[in-house]
Amino acid sequence: MSGIPLVYYLGLAVILFSLGAAGVLIRKNALVVFMSLELMFNSANLLFITFSNYYKALDGQILVIFVLATAAAEVAVGLALMVAIFRSKGSIDLDQMNKLKG
Amino acid sequence: MILSDALAILPLILLIVWAMIVLLIDLWIPKGRKGITALLTVIGLAVALVLTVMQANSPTSAFSGMIKVDGFSVFLNILYLASGIAGVAISFDYLNRMDLQHGEYYVLMLFSIAGAMLISYAADLIIIFLGIELLSIPLYVLAGIARSQGSSEESSLKYFLLGTFASAFILFGIAWLYGAGGTTNLAGLVTAIPDGLNSAGALPMLLAGAGFLVAGIGFKVAVVPFHAWMPDVYQGAPAPVTGFMSVVAKAAGFAALMRVLFIALTTETGDVTPVLAAIALLTMIVGNVVAIAQSNLKRMLAYSSIANAGYLLMALVPYSNPAVQADSVASALFYLAAYALTSFGAWAVITMMEKGEIQGSEFSDIAGLGKKNPLLAAALSVMMLSFTGVPLTLGFWGKFYLFRTAIEGGFIWLAVAGLLTTLVSAYYYLRVVVMMFFRDGDPDLKYSFWASTVVFFGALGLVVLAFFPDMMFGLATKAVLLLK
Repeated sequence: MSGIPLVYYLGLAVILFSLGAAGVLIRKNALVVFMSLELMFNSANLLFITFSNYYKALDGQILVIFVLATAAAEVAVGLALMVAIFRSKGSIDLDQMNKLKG
Repeated sequence: MILSDALAILPLILLIVWAMIVLLIDLWIPKGRKGITALLTVIGLAVALVLTVMQANSPTSAFSGMIKVDGFSVFLNILYLASGIAGVAISFDYLNRMDLQHGEYYVLMLFSIAGAMLISYAADLIIIFLGIELLSIPLYVLAGIARSQGSSEESSLKYFLLGTFASAFILFGIAWLYGAGGTTNLAGLVTAIPDGLNSAGALPMLLAGAGFLVAGIGFKVAVVPFHAWMPDVYQGAPAPVTGFMSVVAKAAGFAALMRVLFIALTTETGDVTPVLAAIALLTMIVGNVVAIAQSNLKRMLAYSSIANAGYLLMALVPYSNPAVQADSVASALFYLAAYALTSFGAWAVITMMEKGEIQGSEFSDIAGLGKKNPLLAAALSVMMLSFTGVPLTLGFWGKFYLFRTAIEGGFIWLAVAGLLTTLVSAYYYLRVVVMMFFRDGDPDLKYSFWASTVVFFGALGLVVLAFFPDMMFGLATKAVLLLK
């Protein structure tokens, strides 16, 4: 990390997380929302690696591997779900999801 | 990994290995005989239960301090494993009736319980994150298991997207806590934070981390203002899945919250007491008031579940006061046990009523049950009285200990607010009783032996245990957290 100050990494992670959160709240396509969620996960990964490098400790990097594995499991479930919904409804637009209301 | 580490989490290892074996055996079990899969699942749960009980008197630490086996984890794991058995019981006939009898259903349940158990063992933020994911991912699939029904698919997708959103918050919070302390160990964070980055930089990171983490777990247990997903998910998912979820996912979320609050955030700099108090107050008010307006039983129970999260959170508000900590943990665990009995009973009745595509669970569908099936109606009335907190039921003692903890911690106004919202809640709980006994109707109830057994056991437990609250509270008091 020589040369680039720590705060730049942290700033980038915060920007990525905010973009991801904004995407989740604004976008209506389930797939795009899911991509935004992945962005949020990866902003946290960036933080872990940054701090891991700063403290010269390995546990942050190990955590990133765990996160990648769980994110892959989530992709498997999420995409399968979206395929099933696309088959029955012909669209994965979240605005169509209005069966359940109170 | 050495042998003593493996022995410390033997019930968990057994459950995961057993789940994979059941998944394999299920391939050779013909479609009409899935009762064998259900039985195998219950056997696995029962063996894990026995192993967990055997751990009760030997608190230990394993995996370089990442895993703690203490009274807290033993108490919660017994609750999860028993919930698993009740979950299989309320599911079996429902799945047959809805033509959803797949072996994966039970296996996913086992994995989900394994995730919940992992959280109760956690002494490290990594383990908490992994446990939450292992708990949640199977639940996303279970919510959508009735995939021929649009409502189940919709519930599953909503749960998946918002659950992952919450996981991202939890992960981001963990990242900042790691930045503040240079370690993910819960006990290590307390000591490490003063020598973190530098005192000026570590404090905002600690606060950001605590904030994101608490918000993320708040999403998972559905406290206001992070509750909006819950009624939709509870209504759309198959009734037995919702019943299982309402107990295990809620208990596991609170377990994660307790581990984080009581061990890592007890330092004065990371004190989140005012935030928790505000959330608890809001959750009790919103949950109970909105529940009044519901005409669907599943949605009503969803809002009731939100309100119960508020009551539970009330016990955790004075967490930073060392004098009340033991009572705080004990009263929350006691309430969770009473809530589990009540919730399973109520949802078991709904599994017998539900018709698919969110039909059959309206208030009007239960009218006349008192004439048609008086025993079942009486048992459901006990559940509703216990939810309200009427004396002579376990729910009363649950609320009593919660309020007492809040008062001991100096939050008298919170206890008063809890009492007032409880009075409000009487309206919609007792409406169910009035509907069953004093309105005419012809309820279409598909009798299920196993689900009825859960209802009667639940009702019996709520009444009988209410005579020995001290004994159960004593058990919960022994379930303190192993701090170091």
